Amino acid sequence: MSFRIASSPHHHSQQHTSVLMQKVILACLPGIACQVYFFGYGVLLQLVLAIITAWASEALVLRLRQKPVLPRLKDHSAMLTAVLLAVSIPAFAPWWIIVLGTAFAIIIVKQLYGGLGHNLFNPAMAAYVFLLVSFPQQMTSWLPPLTLQAQQQQVLDPVCAVFTDFSCAGYSLTQLKTDIDGMTMATPLDTLKTDLSTGKTISESLQQPVFDSIGGLGWNYVNLAFLIGGLWLLQQKVIQWRIPLAVLGSLGLCSLIGYLIDPDLHASPLFHLLSGGTMLAAFFIATDPVSASTTLRGRLYYGALIGLLIYLIRSFGGFPDAVAFAVMLANLAVPLIDYYSRPRTYGHKPKGSY
Amino acid sequence: MSDYRNIIHQGLWQNNPGLVQLLGLCPLLATSSTMTNALGLGFATMLVLVSTNLVVSLIRSQVPNEIRIPIFVMVIAAVVTAIEQLMQAYTYQLYQSLGIFIPLIVTNCIVIGRAEAFASKNPLLPSIVDGLMMGLGFTLVLFLLGTCRELLGQGTLFDGAEALFGPWATVLRVEVFKTESHFLLAILPPGAFMVLGFLIAAKNAVDARQKSRQVQTAGITRARVTHVASNETSAG
Repeated sequence: MSFRIASSPHHHSQQHTSVLMQKVILACLPGIACQVYFFGYGVLLQLVLAIITAWASEALVLRLRQKPVLPRLKDHSAMLTAVLLAVSIPAFAPWWIIVLGTAFAIIIVKQLYGGLGHNLFNPAMAAYVFLLVSFPQQMTSWLPPLTLQAQQQQVLDPVCAVFTDFSCAGYSLTQLKTDIDGMTMATPLDTLKTDLSTGKTISESLQQPVFDSIGGLGWNYVNLAFLIGGLWLLQQKVIQWRIPLAVLGSLGLCSLIGYLIDPDLHASPLFHLLSGGTMLAAFFIATDPVSASTTLRGRLYYGALIGLLIYLIRSFGGFPDAVAFAVMLANLAVPLIDYYSRPRTYGHKPKGSY
Repeated sequence: MSDYRNIIHQGLWQNNPGLVQLLGLCPLLATSSTMTNALGLGFATMLVLVSTNLVVSLIRSQVPNEIRIPIFVMVIAAVVTAIEQLMQAYTYQLYQSLGIFIPLIVTNCIVIGRAEAFASKNPLLPSIVDGLMMGLGFTLVLFLLGTCRELLGQGTLFDGAEALFGPWATVLRVEVFKTESHFLLAILPPGAFMVLGFLIAAKNAVDARQKSRQVQTAGITRARVTHVASNETSAG
């Protein structure tokens, strides 16, 4: 009988990259289902387009770099990027938006920096910013929830809209965005921002049909679904609690301060936590192990920075939602955070004490 | 003659200000949103480079070493002012669209760099050729960058060329494809950084390919020499 002699650590985590990625993708499913329920199955089309593009561009670059293609495709990281981007863009955006965005995410943000594990930025969010900056009109054409749409959505409408820019009956996206009273509707965060700029108070703005008692109609359920997925990830130990808690805590605290100062001009913490992409950002995007901070203390700072930036850009910036910008800016700060939050080496005195 | 060939090679390829030295990035990235702007600024910079190199080379033996930099800067500032006035007089539209970047040629590192590194140490004619070639290298990179960005951003070529060449130049405008949603990123500064990155990568790839080819040819000559040598021994 032979004993295998190996050096420490003797206890290994059995979770490989592909298993982790698979779990994160699985955890996205409740959120995706919720989006389909409220906004139609356009998001599924975007998902399919995104995943095909991601695989194709990953294979292309790996071919060019003369690296083995199949093992890299099997780690599902490209698929995860595609999924995260597809759920963040409007479900009725034209097909070339998602194709361009995914190709940009994989080829430029991920592979040109050296592939999985070397990218500076979160690929999905960098691609989202790329799309938002390049094509602001298409990227902000969110349809209102199905129940509020004036034109009854036909079975084939998402297909028509994604591939021809018009619904099957020939309505343009702007017409589809218009409600029964002939008012154009935007996302809840966008509506709130526009209303505040015209001098309305929060409580007046919340009377609009895109809101229900807590926040945006449909959007709060989407956020709750992503929260459930995120909690499952925590339970599975795919992600750690520090980043999500720091993001949500910092966003909640900032919005609480604003809310206490003037509830007419600042939305409630609950509204902020359940609007836009907050939960998606906290559990799925900020926790990306490659572009996030690696030290334990650093993760708290990193998450808190994202929460603060989301609040600042939402309240005082030019864009209605801020997740992508906040995550990218925090990504840039990661080397600095990591440098200043290095843990004390065991046996060494803390810096500055002699 | 090979000396001049070396200067030309240095300016256009080996030591290209835009692709290798990465000097003058600010105007390079800011004004290359269209071909016309890129060409306009490129020509202006080239003119400045030639004139400053000429003047600096002429006065190089009179200038005390300790205060040479302020003197070079004054020469450059005088030349740039003259060129700005000329552009205001003859290409007013272009002058307006380039705006602050014409006076900012003073701060372009290539100009002071060539004055200090080349013109202050070399005779008149090589200095002029160096200024011309460095300027041409810079203009070519600007032009390439402008072409890529204009094509990606608005799908046209030579849009607004009349601002640089006069009214006849409207015929130069080519609409390659028509699009309702402009690709804004290519027109904005981040797009300029990306396109420049790709240009530098392309240049490095060409250099690497040339290098690998040279190694191969060297291997072949050595084989021939041994073959000749073995022939000689067999003959002997």
